[in-house]
Amino acid sequence: MTSAATTSGADTSAVLPASVDAMLELLTSRGYLAERSLATVTYLSLRMGRPLFLEGEAGVGKTEIAKVLSAALGRKLIRLQCYEGLDVSSAVYEWNSAAQMIAIRMAEAAGDTDRDQLSSDIFADRYMIKRPLLQALEPDVAGPPVLLIDELDRADEAFEAYLLEILSDFQVTIPEFGTVKAPHPPIVIITSNRTREIHDALKRRCLYHWVDYPAAERELAIVKSRVPGISAKLSQQVVRFVQALRNQDFYKSPGVAETIDWATALSELDARSLTPQVVGDTLGALLKYQDDITRMQGDTLQKVLKEATSEN
Amino acid sequence: MAINHLAPEQTEQFADNIVGFARALRAAGMPVGPGAVIDAMSALQVIDIGNRADVFTTLEAIFVKRHEHALIFKQAFNLFFRASEEWKHMLDSVPLPDEAKKKPQAGSRRVQEAMSQPRMTETPQHQEQDLRLSVSDREILQKKDFAQMSAAEIAEALRAVERMRLPQAELLTRRQRPDARGLRLDLRRTLRASLRTGGDIVDIHRLGRIEKPAPIVALLDISGSMSEYTRLFLHFLHAVGDARKRVSVFLFGTRLTNVTRALRQRDPDEALASCSASVEDWAGGTRISASLHNFNKLWARRVLSQGAIVLLISDGLEREADSKLAFEMDRLHRSCRRLIWLNPLLRFGGFEAKAQGIKMMLPHVDEFRPVHNLSSIQELITTLSRPLPPHHRNLIRSAA
Repeated sequence: MTSAATTSGADTSAVLPASVDAMLELLTSRGYLAERSLATVTYLSLRMGRPLFLEGEAGVGKTEIAKVLSAALGRKLIRLQCYEGLDVSSAVYEWNSAAQMIAIRMAEAAGDTDRDQLSSDIFADRYMIKRPLLQALEPDVAGPPVLLIDELDRADEAFEAYLLEILSDFQVTIPEFGTVKAPHPPIVIITSNRTREIHDALKRRCLYHWVDYPAAERELAIVKSRVPGISAKLSQQVVRFVQALRNQDFYKSPGVAETIDWATALSELDARSLTPQVVGDTLGALLKYQDDITRMQGDTLQKVLKEATSEN
Repeated sequence: MAINHLAPEQTEQFADNIVGFARALRAAGMPVGPGAVIDAMSALQVIDIGNRADVFTTLEAIFVKRHEHALIFKQAFNLFFRASEEWKHMLDSVPLPDEAKKKPQAGSRRVQEAMSQPRMTETPQHQEQDLRLSVSDREILQKKDFAQMSAAEIAEALRAVERMRLPQAELLTRRQRPDARGLRLDLRRTLRASLRTGGDIVDIHRLGRIEKPAPIVALLDISGSMSEYTRLFLHFLHAVGDARKRVSVFLFGTRLTNVTRALRQRDPDEALASCSASVEDWAGGTRISASLHNFNKLWARRVLSQGAIVLLISDGLEREADSKLAFEMDRLHRSCRRLIWLNPLLRFGGFEAKAQGIKMMLPHVDEFRPVHNLSSIQELITTLSRPLPPHHRNLIRSAA
């Protein structure tokens, strides 16, 4: 991996960090305030050339880390959003059949009758539509790209099994074309929200990390860096409120993304501090289930609010 | 300081410790293969092994592949590499923990049964007569309540249950496969075929949707009042899971346990043994409401997201029935494709939903069926293989 970065020689490509601390610094420089453990596994995955499998609740910053990495390292970001029924033709490659048809007709018109020649002509590179996985295997001037396989749990098992092959050898076999192998493996980040268990065989090929909600202190720093105009008092109350919410028995606890949304909303509304009125009006930015919002009315709201606004 | 800067004998000691640690994790029930140990060694080449927290994260990323194991890992790590002031213990030799207790051999019951004097299988004196009897016996067996069966009859019923296979209740997926009667044109194959004739399209190839069985999630009540049925249902679920991949099984009494993995083992006895080993509240009380709450919160989004059919197997006798029960049932009902409640109490002819808990649960199920004898299980199988009612919400998510 290191050699890939150094030999590519392009100016846009930053050198891979040489220690966990350097990794932490790199992420921080791009506004991603990571826990040390996350920086450690990210660093390891770069050094060992292993895919990084990030699991955790929605909105804790799993996808974000791929974006930050690609920006910080100056690599291309290739994103594959998974969904049920995702198949080879939309994830890897597809033939441009219309163009191939025209090519055949043209050959006919020109009187070309050599079948072997024809078939090797129309199954050439230029009639191939490359989808994210194949793109990620291609050499790039800036160095191997960052391949983000987002929400793998949404794809079905068949696709997962297909991925197994790509992730261990970084190569794809195309029947009409041959094998495409990456000269340098891409940096792979896989995320999952756990709506389905991913098979152990796939996880075994990756470094696994559970991304948790951040501690209060870190979350406060994140809010401050992402919502620049917010007052110190409000940001503190926001973070305390959200942290208290996560201790409640909700169907879906708010993630960091929701905290940032909420802080932005409050800041837009020029709120100075949390009041029952303003919290009630903006709760939709934090909680996404009607049942959870209903439970927050009355006593629970008072209790959490008191917790968040006391001892200032 | 990375590991390759150590003296050779220290490196060796270090490697021994990692191997020992992996064995300890394995003894604690975590699936840790030899590949992971090699990975761990190569990972430790690139990080600073003087930093305990970094070593922890590194080993965790390699050995832990499921979030549930994180806690076990943490405890094992702290025990193994003592959390004391000096991290240099990492280089000390660490005693290996005792091997995990030997679990009872699977199939021991079957072996015992085979060895002991068989009562029911004595050689009959009049073959002719016996044949007739056994046919009618079987008929009686079909209708006989599981709770009233003798041990031998239960054994017979178990064999019958094991033979049962769910027909594949199909669900259209978005995936496609070659299908002569499919609706879509398979351009790629058509084109390839046309090359054989020099570009003339003779055969048109088509694609059709792939069908696959809908996932099944079973919630099985294992409280005392259900004890006569539990084993049989587990056998049934084991047989079902054998035939199709996507079956998740949860047991609940006072708490909820996911036994899907335990049930995956091929041998039914071994599967059932490891099931009961993972459950702490066998044949105790019931807390349906709390168990459903746990299921909804921790598992529903993980196992119901592919349009699953839920089988709730319970007698519904809940002492603490309150509005929460109705709420959780409603939530469960809304997050699955079909909710089928199987209740052994329904065997009584004049059954009326009088118990508070049952009254609260009933409005939220799509089907309410008896399940107390072989023929009712057979009927259940027929139900599951029927095409799905078209009006139902969330219908064929994947075929949209």
